[in-house]
Amino acid sequence: MDKLNIMIVGVGGQGTLLASRILGNVAMKMNFDVKVSEVHGMAQRGGSVVTYVKLAKKVYSPIIEKGEADIILAFEKLEALRWMEYLKNGGSYIINEQRIDPIPVILGKEKYPDGIIEKIKGVVNKTISVDALPIAKECGNIKAVNVVLLGVLAKETGIDKEIWIESIKETVPKKLQEVNFKAFEAGYGLAV
Amino acid sequence: MKKLMLGNEAVARGAYEAGVTVAAAYPGTPSTEITENIAKYDEIYAEWSPNEKVALEVAIGASIAGARSICSMKHVGLNVAADPLFTVSYTGVNGGLVIMVADDPGMHSSQNEQDSRNYAKASKVPMLEPSDSQECKDYVKEAFEISEKYDCPVIVRLTTRVAHSQSLVEISDRVDYKLKDYVKNPGKYVMMPAMARKRHVEVEKRMSLLKEDSNTSSLNKIEWGNRDIGIISSGIAYQYAREAFGDVSYLKLGMVYPLPDKLIEEFAKGVKTLYVIEELEPFFEDHIKKLGIKVIGKELLPVIGELSSQIIKEKILGVQIEKGAVVEENAPVRPPVMCPGCPHRGTYYVLKKQKLTVSGDIGCYTLGALPPTETMDICVCMGASVSGAHGIEKARGKEFGKKTVAVLGDSTFIHSGITGLIDIVYNKGNSTVIILDNSITGMTGHQHNPTTGYTIKNEPTKQVDLVKLANAVGIERVRVVDPFNIKELDKVVKEETSADEPSVIIAQRPCALLKGVKYGGPLKINMDKCKKCKQCFTIGCPALVKVDDHIEINDALCIGCELCTKLCNFGAIEKAGENNG
Repeated sequence: MDKLNIMIVGVGGQGTLLASRILGNVAMKMNFDVKVSEVHGMAQRGGSVVTYVKLAKKVYSPIIEKGEADIILAFEKLEALRWMEYLKNGGSYIINEQRIDPIPVILGKEKYPDGIIEKIKGVVNKTISVDALPIAKECGNIKAVNVVLLGVLAKETGIDKEIWIESIKETVPKKLQEVNFKAFEAGYGLAV
Repeated sequence: MKKLMLGNEAVARGAYEAGVTVAAAYPGTPSTEITENIAKYDEIYAEWSPNEKVALEVAIGASIAGARSICSMKHVGLNVAADPLFTVSYTGVNGGLVIMVADDPGMHSSQNEQDSRNYAKASKVPMLEPSDSQECKDYVKEAFEISEKYDCPVIVRLTTRVAHSQSLVEISDRVDYKLKDYVKNPGKYVMMPAMARKRHVEVEKRMSLLKEDSNTSSLNKIEWGNRDIGIISSGIAYQYAREAFGDVSYLKLGMVYPLPDKLIEEFAKGVKTLYVIEELEPFFEDHIKKLGIKVIGKELLPVIGELSSQIIKEKILGVQIEKGAVVEENAPVRPPVMCPGCPHRGTYYVLKKQKLTVSGDIGCYTLGALPPTETMDICVCMGASVSGAHGIEKARGKEFGKKTVAVLGDSTFIHSGITGLIDIVYNKGNSTVIILDNSITGMTGHQHNPTTGYTIKNEPTKQVDLVKLANAVGIERVRVVDPFNIKELDKVVKEETSADEPSVIIAQRPCALLKGVKYGGPLKINMDKCKKCKQCFTIGCPALVKVDDHIEINDALCIGCELCTKLCNFGAIEKAGENNG
């Protein structure tokens, strides 16, 4: 592997930032140049959010363009649908089966599309869907859903597991480490 | 040692390494993390000031007193601080003075997308622009050297993608900076006409010198490659250009004002076709064209929004990029929304119910303008809700004024709402001002302010008492009410808007995301009692959703604030656990 473009998409408040920071740390440990582009401010309040993580020998733009992502990790189904055209041909899609209705859907002005994951599977060969929310609950904290998904991503990248665990250790506050290790292992161990 | 750092964090590191001892700021996306990170260094005095003007004045005082000082703000904050900026350009500095400004092309979290490079030119102050985190650190240190060498403040401009991207930074030690001697010098630091006229001459001299020196500055670099194409660029646009053009020739400008004419001419001569790649305004392009150099820029690239390597490829190279596979299915938009448990939701419910004209302001509560509340008529800039409501009343008269309220947050009120309130009292206005006091500066990610009782370093301090403050400026009717007590708030708003004098309502309840704010956890709908009337949907809580033909609570989102419980006429919303069997 000489370069990797990963996008993490989701809904503001789902913990995509922490996931991208752990991922950035992993890239650094592998002696890559790395850029992680984040979203702060208004969009963080329940809006559609995206973070870009790029690693290569030398990274210029921090942004991943349409058709450039090797892997997209979607924390929510509708967001998976929204960001599809960013995945390159042959890329992998990891999708959390969670559904969060946006306000236009709640107000009945728009419809939450049916069968998103099946439809994506129809055009993207490597689509992995995971129901991470109950797994996080089982691990002891519903908020650890981000690290469950990171576990799935870790497996998909093929990057040495120890590097991930080290990176979680450095990024997550001490009192939350145990639940996050558990969540990571659960995600990593999923047979997908 | 290398560390992965946000641009903003690297700026803070640069300030630390440069020996800065005083830092002041008002939070604003995308600049906030600069000062949050500076506050982590024990060696630096840091503060959240009430607004950007105050922050810059604090930094100016510290600089004249001999310290290296820094102040930080978002682009629109520089408008607030423009008054001191234009004159500190004349006084110059003692200890180095750096002004950080973070622009927001694309308006991720802003009300306009002004290009702050124009401020450098207008105020005759040099400006640097880094393109990644390493440069953020290096340029801040260099800015202090320039500030002291040329006796002027230096602006360092960031944009969102530099401020909020992490990249690798090599860490160094802090320099041992000695406080400069303080010498009284009214000719330099007291700007009244006689002195200012002399100082203006110094300003012009300094800018000529800086302009000359910029031709040889290490901040401006020519990178020769294939000479068929030459690119002049700076900041994040340089990174996009690198990505799009690959191995061509570049003139990378680290100092974006004043511009190095000779270097530009030399570069232009060395390439066949010259492009300027810059986000927002044609700031370089206009200047280069004035030099009589043929250059292509905004005739192909947009002046609106962010650039990207994709835009450059398409517009300049004519390359169609290969997008990923898509599903033919409409993805409904997901605009930002007030969080589950947000105290503002109670206030907006009441304002909508009473069909009031709402003069709004800048903060999380601006989201009240969106469906389903759609309860905001105006939002312009920090503090404008209060003065705007006064103007509405003066234009349309007292009766219309009684159907109008101003709505703003606690931090925004201190920032510049208080001056508008004084205006209302002084000029015999009748407005009702609602301060949404959620005990924190919310939208920018929880910063303390003068009403919270804590400093940026979490030390307890005196707390501005909003009731006494309103009383002191002459508001006799001040009411404090819990926005989740809808009946009470409804009554209070009716009473105060119909009163024949100005009033302040303080809607007090802490932000649901604050540590220490605990609600009882997810609620659930009792299907036997629910009449599907959708009354609960009127508050636009993302945790209340329709599934098939019934209403459900998304238990991954609901925190149990129970505002919806109060709106339900059938008692159908219950704590999970009640009637569980």
